[in-house]
Amino acid sequence: MASASVLSPADVSAAKVAAAAPMGDIMPPVKARHGLWGFIYRNPTIAIGGGIVLLMVIMAVFAPLFWTVDPTALAPARRTREPSAEYWFGTDMLGRDVYSRVIYGARVSLIVGFSVAICASIIGLTIGLVSGFVRWADSIVMRVMDGMMSIPPILLAIALMALTRGSVQNVIIAITIAEVPRVSRLVRGVVLSLREQPYVDAAVAAGTRTPVIIWRHILPNTIAPMTVQATFICASAMITESILSFIGAGTPPIIPSWGNIMAEGRALWQVKPYIVFFPAVFLSITVLAVNMLGDGLRDTLDPRMAKRI
Amino acid sequence: MFAYVVRRVLATIPVMAVVALFVFSLLYIAPGDPAAVIAGDQATPEDVERIRASLGLDRPYLVRFGAWVFDILRGDLGVSIFTNLPVSLMIKQRLEPTLSLMVVTLILAVSIAVPMGVIAAARVGTFVDKFVMAFAVLGFSVPVFVVGYLLAYVFALELEWLPVQGYTPFSEGFFPWIENLILPAVALGSVYIALIARITRASMLEVLQQDYIRTARAKGAGQRSILFLHALKNAAVPIVTVIGIGIALLIGGAVVTESVFAIPGLGRLTVDAILRRDYPVIQGVVLLFSFTYVLVNLLIDILYTLFDPRIRY
Repeated sequence: MASASVLSPADVSAAKVAAAAPMGDIMPPVKARHGLWGFIYRNPTIAIGGGIVLLMVIMAVFAPLFWTVDPTALAPARRTREPSAEYWFGTDMLGRDVYSRVIYGARVSLIVGFSVAICASIIGLTIGLVSGFVRWADSIVMRVMDGMMSIPPILLAIALMALTRGSVQNVIIAITIAEVPRVSRLVRGVVLSLREQPYVDAAVAAGTRTPVIIWRHILPNTIAPMTVQATFICASAMITESILSFIGAGTPPIIPSWGNIMAEGRALWQVKPYIVFFPAVFLSITVLAVNMLGDGLRDTLDPRMAKRI
Repeated sequence: MFAYVVRRVLATIPVMAVVALFVFSLLYIAPGDPAAVIAGDQATPEDVERIRASLGLDRPYLVRFGAWVFDILRGDLGVSIFTNLPVSLMIKQRLEPTLSLMVVTLILAVSIAVPMGVIAAARVGTFVDKFVMAFAVLGFSVPVFVVGYLLAYVFALELEWLPVQGYTPFSEGFFPWIENLILPAVALGSVYIALIARITRASMLEVLQQDYIRTARAKGAGQRSILFLHALKNAAVPIVTVIGIGIALLIGGAVVTESVFAIPGLGRLTVDAILRRDYPVIQGVVLLFSFTYVLVNLLIDILYTLFDPRIRY
């Protein structure tokens, strides 16, 4: 009862008089929030970002159910119609329904974003772990990574795409290669600082073999920064994909992607700006949501990193 | 100091070697046989073989790499498959617009982003701070060409304040030149501003907690002089680092921005080269951009020692 000490004797006696009545609240009750609503209340950024991403995923997976028509169906008679009740987002220069193309386009962006995030994380984690533990490999691997990092990532992805034909798979590979050096650097930094931790010394002293140390003590501690990083990779991969498609070095024109739709609307954008506008809005909102998710995850999972940036 | 500079310069050599090896391999593994292209449709296999030998394409990988590096050191970047012009000449013709765009963007971004970050840090937690942070997340999320189209639509098509597209050389006067560069520079700068503002805020927040800031306040220094003289100077190193690293964003973004605003620069050259599979040009541009990026960051690393005499390696 720390609060009682500040009360004067008169108050105390007054309180005794009213002993039967409960004491007034000194602090308002802390309302414990559990479950989904509690989580949303405590982490609004994760909730909003994650919610929008979830919505986009549902939209992409169940694209045919969202009142879409065939996104590749040509209709030369109905070219470049303005947005209307029949064509919500209008039609493009080949008469295709822009609304359907935008909804289906979510598939490419999300597949590329998620795949690159997963692939780059796994490859970067492996390279980072190896160079954090194997001394002789470290200097060689890190020089190679430094070299690759000095090629601007978008330029690197563009150059790689020039070697192959445009396909979703090749776009994923090219962006992954461009993202891996940064992830490796991050993981290596985390590994090097973890190696200095007393519990790793203790494990070494207890005779634990290196693979077990990596599996038990190092890897679990890289999960949090890696998850945060993977979200940001996902966002940047989506932007890179749209840039590649926009300049004509990405997904083939037959597959609608947000970058593709904008590339096709480019020639007409001064007279028919809506063809560029709708995919641009969807792309921006999705990337914004993924970035919000990443910011929220960083604040929750890795408060030290949150303080730094 | 001198030893540090020498060591730092030497450290960039392996980095540049990796870049060169990568860029060379690009052409080496590129599909299509340049000898067959040059020989034409009517050539016999013997003709193709002869041209291949005359181009030195029959030599082993490392020998070709060595010869290629030697050519580059002499300023010879090869010949475009498409136009038959030397790549170095094509780059030289396209250099001015890109350089102009980059310099204008850099000046614009730094002069907007740094004060933004400083003010956000000074008023941490307030509406101003939240606005700056929201702007930063938005800047990261909206792709450069989306910003470009939006700006062009509002300020060029609707309001007609600025030209929609194109580029005017600097030699035709400052105002026609800058008029064409404002919109592309703002579009290209959006991510860059977000990045710099965020780092400035973080770096300033850390510095503002230091004892010497309290001392400065105690002796009665004004808020402005504390922020911009005492604090910003000490917060400069991470900010300048990010300005250097962020140039990679500018280079990548320039490729797209030039397409949106029809600026005949290196970015357009890159896009055209990709679509035509003109590998020598792609090689030349990637090499030029990467080496510029490495050299700028080398310069920044060396400048550190001037900003912060405590840094000694």
